Amino acid sequence: MRFLKSVLVIILSMVLLAGCSAAKPAANVQNNEGKAEEKVELTFYYPVAVGGPLTKTIDGMAAEFMKENPNIAVKPVYTGSYADTTTKVQAGVQGKNPPDIAIVQSTELYSLLDMDAILPLDDLIAQDGGDEFIKDFYPGFLENSQVDGKTYSIPFQRSTIVLYYNKDAFKEVGLDPAKPPKNWDELVDYAKKLNKDGRTGVEIPTTGFAYWLFQAFALENGKNLMSADGKEVYFDTPENVEALQLWIDLAKRDKVMPEGVIDWATVPSNFIAGKTAMMYHTTGNLTNVKTNAKFDFGVAYLPAKKNFGSPTGGGNFYLFKGIDEKKQKAAWKFIKFMTEPERTAQWSIDTGYVAARKSAYETEKMKNYISEFPAAAVARDQLEFAKAELSTHNNGRVTKALSDALQAAITGQTAPAEALKKAQQEAEKALATFNK
Amino acid sequence: MEKGQWAAKFKINAYAWLLLLPSLIFLILFTFYPVIKTLIFSFYQADLSTPEPLFNGIDNYRRMLGDEVFWKVLKNNLWITLGTVPTSMALALMMALYANKLLRVKSLIRTAFFYPTVIPMIAIANIWLFIYTPEYGALSHFLHWFGLEHLNWLGNQELVTWAMIIMIIWKEAGYFMIFYLAGLQNISQELYESASLDGAKSWTVFSRITFPLLMPTTLFVMVIAVTNSFKLVDHLVIMTQGGPDNASNLLLYYIYQTAFSFWDQGMASALTVVMVLILVVIAAFQFLFLDKKIHYN
Amino acid sequence: MQRRVENIAMFGLACLWTFPLIWAFWTAFRPREMATSWELTPDFTLNNFVHVWNGAPFAQYYLNTLIIVTGILAVQLVTATLAAYVFAKVRFWGRDILFILFLVQIIVPADVLLFPNYNVLGDLSLLDTKLGIMMPYFASALGIFLLRQTFKTFPSELEEAARMEGCSWWQMLWKIYVPLARPTYIAFGLVSVSYHWNNFMWPLIVTNSVENRPLTVGLAIFATSFETGAQWAEVSAATVMVILPLLLAFLLFQRQFLNSFIHSGIK
Repeated sequence: MRFLKSVLVIILSMVLLAGCSAAKPAANVQNNEGKAEEKVELTFYYPVAVGGPLTKTIDGMAAEFMKENPNIAVKPVYTGSYADTTTKVQAGVQGKNPPDIAIVQSTELYSLLDMDAILPLDDLIAQDGGDEFIKDFYPGFLENSQVDGKTYSIPFQRSTIVLYYNKDAFKEVGLDPAKPPKNWDELVDYAKKLNKDGRTGVEIPTTGFAYWLFQAFALENGKNLMSADGKEVYFDTPENVEALQLWIDLAKRDKVMPEGVIDWATVPSNFIAGKTAMMYHTTGNLTNVKTNAKFDFGVAYLPAKKNFGSPTGGGNFYLFKGIDEKKQKAAWKFIKFMTEPERTAQWSIDTGYVAARKSAYETEKMKNYISEFPAAAVARDQLEFAKAELSTHNNGRVTKALSDALQAAITGQTAPAEALKKAQQEAEKALATFNK
Repeated sequence: MEKGQWAAKFKINAYAWLLLLPSLIFLILFTFYPVIKTLIFSFYQADLSTPEPLFNGIDNYRRMLGDEVFWKVLKNNLWITLGTVPTSMALALMMALYANKLLRVKSLIRTAFFYPTVIPMIAIANIWLFIYTPEYGALSHFLHWFGLEHLNWLGNQELVTWAMIIMIIWKEAGYFMIFYLAGLQNISQELYESASLDGAKSWTVFSRITFPLLMPTTLFVMVIAVTNSFKLVDHLVIMTQGGPDNASNLLLYYIYQTAFSFWDQGMASALTVVMVLILVVIAAFQFLFLDKKIHYN
Repeated sequence: MQRRVENIAMFGLACLWTFPLIWAFWTAFRPREMATSWELTPDFTLNNFVHVWNGAPFAQYYLNTLIIVTGILAVQLVTATLAAYVFAKVRFWGRDILFILFLVQIIVPADVLLFPNYNVLGDLSLLDTKLGIMMPYFASALGIFLLRQTFKTFPSELEEAARMEGCSWWQMLWKIYVPLARPTYIAFGLVSVSYHWNNFMWPLIVTNSVENRPLTVGLAIFATSFETGAQWAEVSAATVMVILPLLLAFLLFQRQFLNSFIHSGIK
């Protein structure tokens, strides 16, 4: 009998051991509920594509918000890159443990809708803000937010792709630093002139965001890559094959761009170090380049083919299902606070992202900044030619199909036409169930 | 009397199972139940277009067989295995033979070989990413010294496989060395003494005594090495995300992508079943070949 | 002659093996703008570490990893000791089949069951908790296997003698078996600690919040967050911070480390 008892003691203590650690989160929940009467708590996932101290900026903004609204507690959670954050948020949704608010790429709209994860914001907009609020956002940015007349996300850290060029290098080879390349022919021509030992003419990153960069070329050559309802894609058009051929020619024929896949993160380092004379990159990089480049540089629209063009990019605020009305109101308050013109203007100045609201550009702060640094307005002005970023149902698969095809062509494994055709087939397979 | 015996037996059985219970609970919860559930789930369509899982028979498997990426990641896994296992094992054996003697300097060298084992794969990926980066990376600098062009190690489909193989050999060889050191400890010194009395050359000693006696260790290390080559994927998150065009993608990372980026849960389950099957086959190999050979002593 | 060639070759190989570590340390202490140049200037700085420390909550990550690693080990030791004792010393119904079933975990470790285990944890409502990270590893077939091998070598006279003294079985386990199997415990402990200190994929998908994020995941998030340009110096500094504790422990106790690996019967 004695040993049975001791076995029981051991088993019991094991259970307790597990129980102890399990008790902690449970206790927290109780606390939360206890406080809920007076205080609303919100978890808020955000990526910072610009890294480092800017996490402090967001935390600081949240702290400021809580000072103004002592009955709302916002808990900002830094969740890594855009891709990491998307995974975290979607995993949370699937695991029935989503955040209350999150900044996720605007392109996740259809995926999040298919998961039945996000709330339409129209009621909240109507109650507080109205047309005046929503119409203040640039329509180019709202394209990825709206479907079937409903608005599901509010633009926050948004961008377009711009051309950065080294004015000193331009002068060195006898090009006019006030005249960046306006079209594809000039791009090739200038890149050839600028290319020399230890410096490439131009770099277009092709790792994580290859599809995004490619989209710019597709838009310049006529047409966006997908339909507005996110159910069809147009990858293998002759125009797109021509665009992809241009990339390959830059590297293989003209030798003015490095061969193989070019890493997104090292391209700005190369530009700042003077190892490439021009680069295609997000405007979110502007402040970084401005602070670190030791030469005179310019920012320009992407060179045109039939017309100018760039996809928009970046992240929006989403609200997640399963939170009560009180929380929804509090979350909406927070979103409105974060997108106030003054604050958006400051965010834009700190990073280079485009302030998503027109009125941000009417603030003194922004006017002063642009008058002393006109490059800051280029990405915003380019919005006139900007279209929605590639966003479809089954977005992860479709995007990867395109990125894989682009990399296959760039690394010389597959001819451009064939690669894009394969991507088209893959994407159609992935979209088939949504087209029934 | 008989009743008492039965009672005693029952008591022993009860307490044996009670003591096993804690381990058993966690084992069932996180090994057996998930494996069975995965198997069942692999016959369902469960993705973003199906809010509720739908039984679809072997459809996932049929799609998998038609999926080029699936075959590509299998092929990559095979290349990584072929590229890393024999080389790292040969290096490990060399290192062990050399470091077996207990001199001070040699223990330093032993340390140098072993330390990658205690570094997280994520940290290793960061370090090697900076080694492979074109222009700034260590390798570029070295090649530059010799007047060679820098290569885009991670941006080229052939080179990226080599880059990964070299890194994994570096990470694993020291770990395998430990097993060989253990194996060498078990070989009796008398054998060597009598061999040296007979005037045998060191190569003869190695090929006639050391190597055959290390055979069980070799087989054991091989199984670990092969299994590891299927499990090591952490570095892909940092270095390539499987690119360019899946040239560095591996099965486990593809499962991760399918599950947590495509949210194709039925397919992720089918892929997991394949993964489990591969591991079971490797284990069966160990059971059939290894155990017999190991029992000689 | 042959000896000399051998020495030089192995020394060269060792240098090659240490290079990545030296490279990481070197970069970590270089000023940011000099990280990419190979000029041998005497410029060194601690700024990178300051930036990393202020830029991400690494102190919290350390604490999390510490809790996770010790939590797993503590539970593993208890569960493994009990199970190993039963497998080694008690004859009971279903023993052999059960033992083989336990070994399945060595063949199919929790790490490859990422996706199904994520769902199990979701059903238990333990996502984004430290307990959730630890739980799949609470039972260790490897630990059971190693301890069983060791316990088997203890003669049964030991047990009889202990019975005569009036020890209960658990007193005997605690006072005789555990101390005698100490080398095995140390070896298993080291393997377990270094494994879970380095584990990445599982905590990556399970954790969201800073309160539960271990070092490896924190490092990965830190390293991939620089989308506007690689910050080599800072990433190297963060890397060094993450690897240092285990590396130091290994260098200080390397004899015990290696010997316990070698003699523990991991063969």
